[in-house]
Amino acid sequence: MAYVSAIPALFAFLYIANISLGPYEVFMMNLIGVYIIATVSLSLTNGYAGQFSLGHAGFMSIGGYIATILSFPVARKALLLSDLPPFLLHLELPFLASLLIGGAVAALVAAGVGLPVLRLRGHYLAVATLGMMVVVGALATNLIQFTRGPLGINGIPPYADSYWIYTWVIVTIFVMQRIVETKYGRSLKAIREDELAAASFGINVTRMKLFSFVVGAFFAGIAGGLFAHLITAIVPWTYSFVLTFDIVTMLIVGGMASISGSVIGAASLTILKQALKPVEEGLRIYGIVQLVIAVILIITMIKRPDGLLGHRELSLDMVMSLIRRHRSRGQLPISSP
Amino acid sequence: MSITAEYVVIQVINGLVIGSVYALLALGMNTVYGMLKLINFAHGSVVMVGAYVFLLAMLNLGSVTPIALVATLVAGGLVGYVLELAAYRRLRGKPEVSLLITSLGAYIFIENFVRVTLTSQPRPFLVIPELNILFDVYGITIRVVDIVVILSGIAISAAFVIYSKRAKSGIAIKATAENIRAASLVGVNVDRIIVLALVLGSVIAGFTGFVWGVKFGQIDPGMGFILGVKAFVAIVVGGIGSIPGAVLGGYIIGLAEMLSVGLLPPVYGGYRDGIVFFILIIALLVRPYGILGVKESVRV
Repeated sequence: MAYVSAIPALFAFLYIANISLGPYEVFMMNLIGVYIIATVSLSLTNGYAGQFSLGHAGFMSIGGYIATILSFPVARKALLLSDLPPFLLHLELPFLASLLIGGAVAALVAAGVGLPVLRLRGHYLAVATLGMMVVVGALATNLIQFTRGPLGINGIPPYADSYWIYTWVIVTIFVMQRIVETKYGRSLKAIREDELAAASFGINVTRMKLFSFVVGAFFAGIAGGLFAHLITAIVPWTYSFVLTFDIVTMLIVGGMASISGSVIGAASLTILKQALKPVEEGLRIYGIVQLVIAVILIITMIKRPDGLLGHRELSLDMVMSLIRRHRSRGQLPISSP
Repeated sequence: MSITAEYVVIQVINGLVIGSVYALLALGMNTVYGMLKLINFAHGSVVMVGAYVFLLAMLNLGSVTPIALVATLVAGGLVGYVLELAAYRRLRGKPEVSLLITSLGAYIFIENFVRVTLTSQPRPFLVIPELNILFDVYGITIRVVDIVVILSGIAISAAFVIYSKRAKSGIAIKATAENIRAASLVGVNVDRIIVLALVLGSVIAGFTGFVWGVKFGQIDPGMGFILGVKAFVAIVVGGIGSIPGAVLGGYIIGLAEMLSVGLLPPVYGGYRDGIVFFILIIALLVRPYGILGVKESVRV
């Protein structure tokens, strides 16, 4: 827990960044934070438990819409969302409460989807979570009364500043670390390596899988809520399959079961995506960004299937040994010809 | 709107059309799932490639229907072949999940490759006017393409079932899908059979793209994804590992989708994809190994 001492430094950095950087750079920094929360929370299910979920954007959508509806100012609700049922129409919750409720509903949905699916072996979860995402998308498009359908909700209060987002980054990483480093994390890894062996050691396999899935969904819901209050306008396809795919790629590039790897993957791919976007718009050839991300994903899978860090965490020792290895490469021991 | 007998019959025909498409896709996905435990998401993109190749061959190259159709089938098969050689083969022996992720990446790659090289706008697919002729049977209006899709769906499915029972390579495909290690022990060249199954499935998927375009009159680069996923739902419902099961599942999903859209009040129309996944959840709860599937036993 040496990281605790780094928290004041992080907030000092955020403060300096917020007063010295331009709005675009601050936005980028915040976006990276949201992606870190999403990626780290996905690593619990997909990396540690080895159950492949493709529904992260669906959970983010649930969290995003619910947090938005709850935190939306009453005065603007009367204009934009006048068809809401009365108890929601006259309700304006604080940001934190809205986020937490959004996350809790996402977790509840995860429990409902996960229970029938996670009893089974195989990759049913991938298909079922995709299906869940399709259903969530259909609800967001068709429940016009709550979501304004394809028109989307705009003018969402921009509550999600750097301090909110990075506080949640810290909370997410802390919770994940507490899970991963204790018996829960060891159980999940055991399930990933061999379900049968894990069960015979007395691990309740279904319950542990469900636990990882529900916790991941909760933080995905939080990330979705923060995302909505960061970009301040959402439509149903804000949380599309492309978002899930991007987060999965961030996770895999960084390292499937590595918290620091997830952070690195989220940050580097967010920057890459934002850097490529002007190219796409300048050339008016849409699809370049996704094409590049798909290539990165496929090459990573073939060359380094465990991602940059794999199942390890980034540590000072690792960096040092890398530097040492790099140095010694220059002066290889002389071998006889 | 009152629900008349004619209306129900039309919905059943539509259900059979969509069901044929799912069944044809499920054939290829099912054998590949059996062999590699891979949900081949890229299978859906082959449908899209097939549709675009046919359209380009007809409009831009001015070829006649049979040649364009051959080009479609070849292009479909080629996508399957390249996928296997460039990506899937390199992942043998790695965790199953890396194949799943790679096929997802392959799907996104192919979709966006078409977006970048051709267009990201939907394109009208009005190339063979003869297939759009309407005719009337006892007050029910049917398009020629409906009959073509249903007949080709049934014919290809039946041919595939017979092939997997009679032909030597067909038996090898079935054996490899059931148990890849046992198949290789009795002398099946597993690598070649995997290529064969992928190419065969992709050729069928390319053809599916052609019929989909004719039926719905419009294609776009993103059309394949949900088709591939629904075909996999059909496999789960029909029975993983069973070739007749995949066909049956395809028709069940197609009929359930169209009948629920047609018979429920129109407000539920937006949930047609949701209904398919609702069926998936029910199927996983009630009979996770599918209608014609065999319960998988766990061996240590």
